[in-house]
Amino acid sequence: MSDHELRVSKIRNGTVIDHITGGQALNVLAILGIEADGGDTLSVAMNVPSDRLGTKDIVKVEDRELSQDEVDVLSLIAPAASINIVRDFDVIEKHRVSRPETVSGVLECPNHNCITTEEEPVDSAFDVLEDGVRCQYCETIIREDLAEHILVD
Amino acid sequence: MIYNNPYQSVSGDSRASGVAYYPMRHDHIISAKQLSRADIEEVLDRAAEIATDPTAVANRHEDALLGLLFFEPSTRTKMSFTASIKRMGGDIVDMGSVESSSVKKGESLADTVRVVEGYADALVLRHPSEGSAKMASEFVDVPLINAGDGAGQHPTQTLLDLYTIRENAGFDDLTVGIMGDLKYGRTVHSLAHALTNFDASQHFISPESLQLPRSVRYDLHESGASIREHTELDSVLPELDVLYVTRIQRERFPDDSEYRKVAGEYQIDSTTLETADDDLTVMHPLPRVDEISHDLDETDYATYFEQAHNGVPVRMALLDLVLEGDR
Repeated sequence: MSDHELRVSKIRNGTVIDHITGGQALNVLAILGIEADGGDTLSVAMNVPSDRLGTKDIVKVEDRELSQDEVDVLSLIAPAASINIVRDFDVIEKHRVSRPETVSGVLECPNHNCITTEEEPVDSAFDVLEDGVRCQYCETIIREDLAEHILVD
Repeated sequence: MIYNNPYQSVSGDSRASGVAYYPMRHDHIISAKQLSRADIEEVLDRAAEIATDPTAVANRHEDALLGLLFFEPSTRTKMSFTASIKRMGGDIVDMGSVESSSVKKGESLADTVRVVEGYADALVLRHPSEGSAKMASEFVDVPLINAGDGAGQHPTQTLLDLYTIRENAGFDDLTVGIMGDLKYGRTVHSLAHALTNFDASQHFISPESLQLPRSVRYDLHESGASIREHTELDSVLPELDVLYVTRIQRERFPDDSEYRKVAGEYQIDSTTLETADDDLTVMHPLPRVDEISHDLDETDYATYFEQAHNGVPVRMALLDLVLEGDR
């Protein structure tokens, strides 16, 4: 076991998200709706050397599993991420994220004149493009700083 | 009392009781992007038939009610939809102005269209928000026609624009210049999409601050369309078969002097058009302010009033298809 891996302790139950694009860990926490004063037990490692990615971030969250919507958005900002479900210290499930065709209800359209930003009973919905996402309603394309558009409750 | 709407009847054989049965052949009309060349030509062909002999369809939709929901002012679109359904024997139910409707009490668009679909056989919606027509269409079963959603799309304007282009310039080896507010102009976005179905080169002429939005540019690129962008009309004018002029709005600029300076560069008059082809077709979705000088109105170039008049046969044709049964 290398020094790098020792920096983050094991968890009993929860999720380990590994191979997050270096520097994106805080955005991953935003996707998961985790805030500093929320009471969640978590470990975050940032800019850890990685053979595959150069540098990577790791997030470990106790007593939390990810919904498909969360995984979908995660895949957009951390396409190489792997998700490990941990029960009683054992990894019982491990899978890579895959890019979805659409993401719904997790990103806010940056166009303030888009109907999805108004008081209407409709979730935001984006088609996933090769290099960004596109609002299904107003067609606005977001290519940069996707994480800035994550909907916060 | 249950209102028995023959247009919405889908169970039983309404024809047996002597009531016309009209299955909805087309669904909602939300964006020019959804229209194929075959769809467009079907509407234009039918519009041409109707223009030749409007009496042939005079009673075709005599029981039809068209619900008008205009959340923004409109003259041409609203009046031509009204004229269109009335010329086919139908009528309108009109929400009226926002100020006099439940919208003023805070009713959502989704609720409004769900209520009004019970009163009408098809809905026509104009709304200031982009994506409003798509969202509204998800809440109704009757066909919904987008009559302009913010800076998004205006597909029925595009159909009458294409009709006008076909009548005046044809679709073969066509070169179109689209000038003015390309960023916020919904008629521009719809027309640019629709023209990708045809053998058309598109030139976009605008100030840098009002160039095509990223989303439209993306679609044109994906479709492989031939497009070029310019900041001045002069260089491209002699090549054009059609010049489509749009209004540059004062509110798009931080101050009045900047607006006047920019808008002044995109106004045309008979002097501007000295290098144009004699057969140039000048179009404008109207209303114009001063981007086309009145001295052009009596020239052969001026096609914008004919274009506006074409709104009736084209919208009659579209409504006929949307409401059409097995005639």
